[in-house]
Amino acid sequence: MEYEPVIGLEVHVQLKTKSKAFCGCSTEFGKEPNSQVCPVCLGFPGSLPVLNRVFLDYAIKVALALNCTVQEKHKFDRKNYFYPDLPKNYQISQYDLPLSKKGYLDIVVGDKTKRVGINRVHMEEDAGKLIHEEDTSLVDFNRTGIPLLEIVSEPDMNSPEEAYEYLTFLKSVLGYLDVSDCDMEKGSLRCDVNVSLRPKGVLALGVKAELKNMNSFKGTKDALVFEIRRQEEILREGGKVIQETRLWDAKLSETFSMRVKEEAKDYRYFPEPDLAPFIISAQKLEEIKKNIPELPRQKLERFVKDFCLSEGSAKILVGIKKDADYAQSCIESWEGKDKKPVVNWLIGPLLFEANKRKCGISDLNIPGGNIELINLIKSAEEAKISNLAAKGVLSESLDTAKLAREIILEKNLYQVSDTESLDKIAEEIIKGNPKSVMDYKQGKANAIMFLVGQMMKKSNGKANPIVARDILKKMLTDGG
Amino acid sequence: MMELNKLTAHELIEKLSREEITSDQIVSCLNKRINAIDSEVKAYARVEDGLTSWPVNQLASYNNNRQTGKPANRQTDLQGIPISIKDNICADGLNTECCSKILEGFKPPYDATVIKRLKEAGAIISPLKTNMDEFAFGSSTENSCFGSTRNPWNLECVPGGSSGGSAACVAADEAIWALGSDTGGSIRQPASFCGVVGLKPTYGRVSRYGLIAFASSLDQIGPITKDIRDSALLMNVIAGHDPNDSTSVNIDIPDYTKSLEMDIKGIKIALPKEYFPEGLDPEVKDIINEAINKLKSQGASFENVSLPHTEYAVEVYYIIATAEASSNLARFDGVQYGFRVQDARNKTRNLIEMYKKTRGEGFGEEAKRRIILGTFILSHGYYDAYYLRALKVRTLIKQDFDHVFKGFDCIVTPTSPTPAFKIGEKVEDPLKMYLSDIYTISANLSGIPAISIPCGFTKKGLPVGLQILAKPFNEEMLFRVAYAYEQSTEWHKMKPKL
Amino acid sequence: MAIDEGVVKHVAHLARIELQPGELEKLSRQLQSIVDFIDKLKKLNIEGVEPTSHILPISNVLRPDETRESLSTDMALMNAPCRKGNFFSVPKAIE
Repeated sequence: MEYEPVIGLEVHVQLKTKSKAFCGCSTEFGKEPNSQVCPVCLGFPGSLPVLNRVFLDYAIKVALALNCTVQEKHKFDRKNYFYPDLPKNYQISQYDLPLSKKGYLDIVVGDKTKRVGINRVHMEEDAGKLIHEEDTSLVDFNRTGIPLLEIVSEPDMNSPEEAYEYLTFLKSVLGYLDVSDCDMEKGSLRCDVNVSLRPKGVLALGVKAELKNMNSFKGTKDALVFEIRRQEEILREGGKVIQETRLWDAKLSETFSMRVKEEAKDYRYFPEPDLAPFIISAQKLEEIKKNIPELPRQKLERFVKDFCLSEGSAKILVGIKKDADYAQSCIESWEGKDKKPVVNWLIGPLLFEANKRKCGISDLNIPGGNIELINLIKSAEEAKISNLAAKGVLSESLDTAKLAREIILEKNLYQVSDTESLDKIAEEIIKGNPKSVMDYKQGKANAIMFLVGQMMKKSNGKANPIVARDILKKMLTDGG
Repeated sequence: MMELNKLTAHELIEKLSREEITSDQIVSCLNKRINAIDSEVKAYARVEDGLTSWPVNQLASYNNNRQTGKPANRQTDLQGIPISIKDNICADGLNTECCSKILEGFKPPYDATVIKRLKEAGAIISPLKTNMDEFAFGSSTENSCFGSTRNPWNLECVPGGSSGGSAACVAADEAIWALGSDTGGSIRQPASFCGVVGLKPTYGRVSRYGLIAFASSLDQIGPITKDIRDSALLMNVIAGHDPNDSTSVNIDIPDYTKSLEMDIKGIKIALPKEYFPEGLDPEVKDIINEAINKLKSQGASFENVSLPHTEYAVEVYYIIATAEASSNLARFDGVQYGFRVQDARNKTRNLIEMYKKTRGEGFGEEAKRRIILGTFILSHGYYDAYYLRALKVRTLIKQDFDHVFKGFDCIVTPTSPTPAFKIGEKVEDPLKMYLSDIYTISANLSGIPAISIPCGFTKKGLPVGLQILAKPFNEEMLFRVAYAYEQSTEWHKMKPKL
Repeated sequence: MAIDEGVVKHVAHLARIELQPGELEKLSRQLQSIVDFIDKLKKLNIEGVEPTSHILPISNVLRPDETRESLSTDMALMNAPCRKGNFFSVPKAIE
């Protein structure tokens, strides 16, 4: 029997407002413990919450970008449970009338688009942080009250790759909207995963496990791979999966049960009496809509259409807005109709250099700017210099801040195309490699490539390989 | 020296402005009075902490302001007038414990908005907070970790509650005036039992910021005073929009003392039959009827009406109030402030045990009862049957009032079905205690303003209060009718023998 | 609705309140009579009635996204029953 995993993601994203959700404390990360707190976010008796306007605006923006229906009226509720990182022992959240419902996010897996449903996007406040010591826990409330969005997907994903791409695309959308850092390591994006297995072709869902404690997208994917394998083994042996919460251990690369008897959750939700309801007018929605930039999905479709890219290449380019904008300007500067050369450079050497420097392609600051880059690509394309040399020039130009063409001149990298000097080299090579010559003559067409390679070596990479090949061919045919 | 503590705030303001007296003299008269009788009345919490700690800074700044001739706004100028505050209203650096062991030693690092406004107006905040039922859970001020307050008119009787300390200290001249809070009658019922004036403003009129919440959708802070003019004066200072309270309404505040200049000719008053049942205490009934006649003689007209859902008000109230309270009081867990159970090694074995022991020991009986009731009401499977249903009936109760106010300017009822009862009489029967709020609860459920004013005494010498209710944000109507009545009577001038 | 000691025990656990044996018995009895009392609401026909969770007709109360000065760490921890460094300290929370 073949099993199919069913995966749903619950993502919590911190929004980068200046002040907290319900009070004026700063949201800055990494400050001294309990230094960014006030009576409101500490839940001191008598204090009252007042909603941050920008929190609401950002939340609506995200909901719209995820194609959700923003409800005309929404309200906050209290989610009641005792935990020391929760100063009031209830969390201000949204229950039955959340900000928005029923959206979707299109993701690309391989070269295929898949639509993942969004169940809801709602607003809530973040909890504090606990540091566990031997027999005490220390509480820092700096994070308490930071605006949080809960984005709940439908269980529409069926592989760890899809979950990974969902996170990647979600991060990309949030980045375009400029509302969150989405840094899993800093905790500004957190992700809980529900995963179950069912026999392929069966509709009913199996028993799920909830996975927590992943601190990267890759970790999430790895945890899913492990967990799916674990559940499959149980099912194949005729066992039953237990519904439980499992923690991902990145070091051991496995999930393990928390082994705590979980009580049935009873959060005793009820309408937050300290906050009046919120009514979102159509006009307000329009206003916010206007400020939403072209989103990665639209950009991807446009790139595919306008520049004849594959979805896979387009996906690489659209992930981060400023890089996508940069890519677009490069592609537009390319005069040729076929954009492939410049695209291949963007997702090839440029991306390689950017990754090496831990930045985006738009942050590379190529000396001489776009023009210089385009000329470099052109030179390579027209075989004025070799591809290999061109890549080296880019790298050196970035390291030394010298213009590409200066480096080319300095190093005398322009390929030798004049037949006179190449003839000389060719003669030498033919002389020195009788076996390959023989092979070629006996019909092994590939053997000529070896000889071209030898010519390149001899010319210190400067021989124009196309011209060299032609000369060799001619000599070997004519010379008999 | 004259007993300045016996005067009203507006009388003292007059004397201060004529420089006949000083603020220090008022404070020393209050100290003397508190020293003399508070051991009997027990209107204040933590009296043993000493009386010497009146805020010297505030006194000095008051004296300075007077010397520098800082211009004063007569309507909001309370320069040098002391005021006593219920123990559930936060004042920066002053113990604010809701008369509960669980808040033992809690000193808020901030001022409630009303306190801020009072300080800005020049008022002097009494360092002694007034006694109350723990977390305002009660109608008799017997549920305080500091012991029961007694009724100044009869020390064997309760002063009402939960603002019993505020009402008693004003009645006993241990304060010039005071602030209380009212969730289901906690200002009006004790005002009625103690023969003073108590106002619950419209929900949203006075900021709740800094009021330790009991039931957030019902709570309001309000004045407890010796007469109507003081009530209006105090409202001029404490009412108004507060950006720190999302449920505070942004509507301009009138000068409430202006309402005192208007007569009540042609005012239409409704008498809801549900508030005058067969079994109403005959003495209370007679006294209220007499008051009605007084108002008639001044030109008001009366008509009988019905508020048909009144009979459900207590049920609705106890569902909503306890549900909200169970959540509001969850924060008292021994982590950030107040009491925490400690074992010999200065820690408890685990967190849940610490929570449970701290809350089990820190809360009094009534608090535990209400938290558990409220938790039950919100718990899985019961929400729709109780909480949601109560919210719907709340709508019906509100609609009853809307309907009556279409044809009437105000409603008049007794504040409480009985005068003050004996200490201990209802402690063992929570339901009986809950029913003593039967006439005051509806105003909280429907958010409307209501005032209780003294309107006579029983043969045994216990005060009786008249309740007036008006449309939302029409406190002026309350002051207008109440003042007209007060002008034609002497009840507010009567003093208990202590 | 019948309120037995089991129900009260469960609810007391949800509310994190330890009850002494005597308390449990007494509270169960009292809660039963209160619940019987509030059960009276079930008689009323509430079909089509909207619930009122906020009595005021106000909405969209918002504040600008501006920072305000926080409390000093010492002020924040001033009331703490158990402080360790700049943290509140509690018995170990095992999730």
